[in-house]
Amino acid sequence: MEKLEGEKHVKYILSVEKRKDDFESLVMDHLRINGAYWGLTTLDLLHKLDCVDQEEAVSWVMQCYHEDCGGFGGNVGHDPHLLYTLSAVQILVLFDKLDVLDVEKVSNYVSGLQNEDGSFSGDMWGEIDTRFSYCAICCLSILHRMDKINVEKAVNYIVSCKNLDGGFGCTPGGESHAGQIFCCIGALAITGSLHHVDKDLLGWWLCERQCKDGGLNGRPEKFADVCYSWWVLSSLIIIDRAHWIDKSKLINFILNCQDKEKGGISDRPDNAVDVFHTYFGVAGLSLLEYPGLKPTDPAYALPVDVVNRIFFRK
Amino acid sequence: MHGRPRNGPRSEESAAKAGKLRDLQAQLLHNHHNRIYTNEARAASARLLEINPEIYTAWNYRKLALQSNLKEVTDVEAIKAFVEEELRVVEAALRQNPKSYGAWYHRKWVLNHKFSPANFDHEYWLLGRLMKLDPRNFHGWNYRRFLAALSNVPEVEELMYTMEMIDSNFSNYSAWHNRSFLLSNLLKQKAQGFVSKEKILTDEYDLVHQALFTEASDQSGWFYFLWLLDQTVSPDQPLVASSWPAHGSSWVVSTNRSKSDCRLFPFESSNSCYYLPMSIVPIILYFNQPVSGVSSSTVTVNSVFTSNEDITWRPLSLAKSENAHCWVTYLKISDARSNGTSSVEISLGHSQDIKSAHGSPHTCPVLLKFTIELNCIDAEQPGGEFGEELFVFNSDQVCLPYEDFPISSFDQLKISENHAPVASSWDVETLSNEISLFKGSPDDNCKFVKLTLARLLVAYDAMMSERSPSLQKKTHSEEVLKFFDDLIQLDPVHAKFYEDQRSLVILDQVTFDKESLMKNYGRLCKLASSSHHYHVLQLNKLSLTRIGFVERLLWVQILDLSHNEIQSISGLEALQLLTCLNLANNQLNSFAALEPLRLLSSLRVLDVSFNKIGSYLIDTKRYLCSSPMSHTVDIKEVIKEFQDTEIADYWEVIFIFKELQLTQLNIEGNAVANDNLSLLLKKTIPGLIWLNGDRVQ
Repeated sequence: MEKLEGEKHVKYILSVEKRKDDFESLVMDHLRINGAYWGLTTLDLLHKLDCVDQEEAVSWVMQCYHEDCGGFGGNVGHDPHLLYTLSAVQILVLFDKLDVLDVEKVSNYVSGLQNEDGSFSGDMWGEIDTRFSYCAICCLSILHRMDKINVEKAVNYIVSCKNLDGGFGCTPGGESHAGQIFCCIGALAITGSLHHVDKDLLGWWLCERQCKDGGLNGRPEKFADVCYSWWVLSSLIIIDRAHWIDKSKLINFILNCQDKEKGGISDRPDNAVDVFHTYFGVAGLSLLEYPGLKPTDPAYALPVDVVNRIFFRK
Repeated sequence: MHGRPRNGPRSEESAAKAGKLRDLQAQLLHNHHNRIYTNEARAASARLLEINPEIYTAWNYRKLALQSNLKEVTDVEAIKAFVEEELRVVEAALRQNPKSYGAWYHRKWVLNHKFSPANFDHEYWLLGRLMKLDPRNFHGWNYRRFLAALSNVPEVEELMYTMEMIDSNFSNYSAWHNRSFLLSNLLKQKAQGFVSKEKILTDEYDLVHQALFTEASDQSGWFYFLWLLDQTVSPDQPLVASSWPAHGSSWVVSTNRSKSDCRLFPFESSNSCYYLPMSIVPIILYFNQPVSGVSSSTVTVNSVFTSNEDITWRPLSLAKSENAHCWVTYLKISDARSNGTSSVEISLGHSQDIKSAHGSPHTCPVLLKFTIELNCIDAEQPGGEFGEELFVFNSDQVCLPYEDFPISSFDQLKISENHAPVASSWDVETLSNEISLFKGSPDDNCKFVKLTLARLLVAYDAMMSERSPSLQKKTHSEEVLKFFDDLIQLDPVHAKFYEDQRSLVILDQVTFDKESLMKNYGRLCKLASSSHHYHVLQLNKLSLTRIGFVERLLWVQILDLSHNEIQSISGLEALQLLTCLNLANNQLNSFAALEPLRLLSSLRVLDVSFNKIGSYLIDTKRYLCSSPMSHTVDIKEVIKEFQDTEIADYWEVIFIFKELQLTQLNIEGNAVANDNLSLLLKKTIPGLIWLNGDRVQ
């Protein structure tokens, strides 16, 4: 049986941080802050967060901050958006450094994007998607500012995106997709609203995502992909149906997607690795209780000890 | 990055590509920050988006540029030219990446603003080409819904499009999904041609059969079939499924002078009794689906004990939800002024305010009656409280008398028979037809065929038992159990899913009627401190994994569920009379799993020894249990007298056990058990007398 190449993944993540000039890094340049969150969380799950210069990381995150509105961009010079504001807040809380934030201002930016029907726009340009509902709710919860939004309306909007297969889509009528399901289930979990979910119906749809090769796909009749180890599995755990899949087969699938020479994890065996799939692979293994990894919280997508620190510190 | 080979070529060509991309990105940020919206600057951003359609700041830049440039022009043709430029850039970007969120949204944004009249023919043509390349592209389907709304295309026409897509490929899940969405809208609106749900569903069954019999291993049709089945069997109207006390039952209450405690005897028997602390008799209504709106204005309780206006109904639900299967209120016997027999009448159905989660009102009139004879005795204590004496669950102590069943007739529990509206036979016939169709399927070794047959038979039995419980004696449970056993062999990856389904079938089987219950029903030999027996149900060693059919168990006082595979006890919160619960030797994997017990105010004795509490790093009940992480508990209220370390490590212990009034608890044989936890438990439960079989000092 394969084993987790933890040290090589640490090296890989640190190398990605330095590499900025090849085509692949440039294409991802505008969402560098997502990459930072994926990389840093992976390091923390591997007990290696101290490999990075914390002050440098925090000061770079703050260069992505837009003081005029309170949001964060995906990289220095890029526009603010909920997707990147959540990553910024997650990175800061990982380092226990929320005190560098103007919490009032950031949470006003987030809550200001709620629409009359309870949905959230991703930024000032108005694209609506349940992904943004998750970003907003997760972010405000970490900042202890849930009272800034109309939670009931936010929940009702997410419920209006529920489909007849038990899953959720981007907007009402949108097809169920495991990534989207994670966002909706995560947001409902954080708002204590899981009673809106038909757990057996959704659980069956989710557990049927396991393919013959042991990996999970994101929709029926699609190929397995390591990132769904996170999206599907975290949703199954939140609704307490994770025992409906074969965990050891999934562990093997993820381990087979590692680049055992240079580190990193890819979407499928023998494909090119990237930091996104490295995070979802390691976080998936953490949810599967792979030995040596810190446990992950399935709703906040952060290590459990970090989440406990947010909510149980007096 | 998806689908890129690991050791792809890294040529000079790619270095040149990288150089070009870097330049274009730098140009974009420069133009964006300096608000340069010239033709040249826009052209550079277009070249950038053609290479990298995901760079969102470039789309934002183009929106600003368009707004700024349109301010300068009034000529219709000039406006049109600007708009068409945007649509061209989007087209090029979608050729590069047909799943680019930013590109699709830019197109919607431009059309939504109606700067110039949209050419819908072109939009549908372009969409058609993209959908041909990938008929599962959900961005494309979303865009189609957007176009239909913008150009007022009726849903019936969109439904025809899903038919086209399904006809060209049965395994297009996206098309089936959209069909279910459109159909349920049309049925809800009762649109022309969609008034008869039965006719529409019959046609849909015919359609999906073609898919299922063409390619039985394809998932798409099966999910659609499951939706049709749900539409066929789900009850529209909420109904009362059972109650406690049962309709027509008679009770004798024996209490001491101060009426601090009481015992409740069935009129027919003075041997068995319910011990009721505080002299409070619960009244439980169990509905066939979660309902809201149960209150003293929708349910009238007529009794000498409490006036209806003073009665408060409480949902037995852990969630913040207003909906619950089970509602409870309490009659205070101590408020009675004199001895004698009095009747209690509970009526509902006069108001439309009891509603299902879907908004269907409860409209069937229901009248429940039972009598209570009050008998004051002089003794100081009526006795029968659990606590002082160590209670040991021991099946040898249980005797099995057939008389003195706590209710005179089991069928009285099933209220729906007398009250259910007479439904058409369409649904029963549909189920029968589907069952015979799949029994004759040539793919009878396909897991979906077996699972569907199991689901159909379960649905059929449930429907028959609700319609005519007295006639429906023979069920298909043996056949269904066989299907699940086969499925566990055939599809071991999902074994636990099938075991959970099987657990419900087993529970149905053992609680189905009086005869099956009698096999497991016993009365415990009396405690030394009491001369009476208690209502015990033994459901041990049955391979149960979860709980169901609690509406049939509302009378149970001592429940033995030991030596099963139980990992969830959700549902037990309905058993308001439960005093002793044995969950030893199961698969409970965290304290959070015990949250349903918080609602059991009568619970005194709990055995959760030899489970898996503390064996796992990931708690799958973390978000099903109330907590500060889900904003369902105000932590400050719960943790005042505890220290930081206690709270982080044992949050659930404090939260759950603080609420319970246990006198006996056993947690030995769990990984979590240690001295610190024992100390914490004693601190959390001040009334605890026995912990892990030892007397608490």
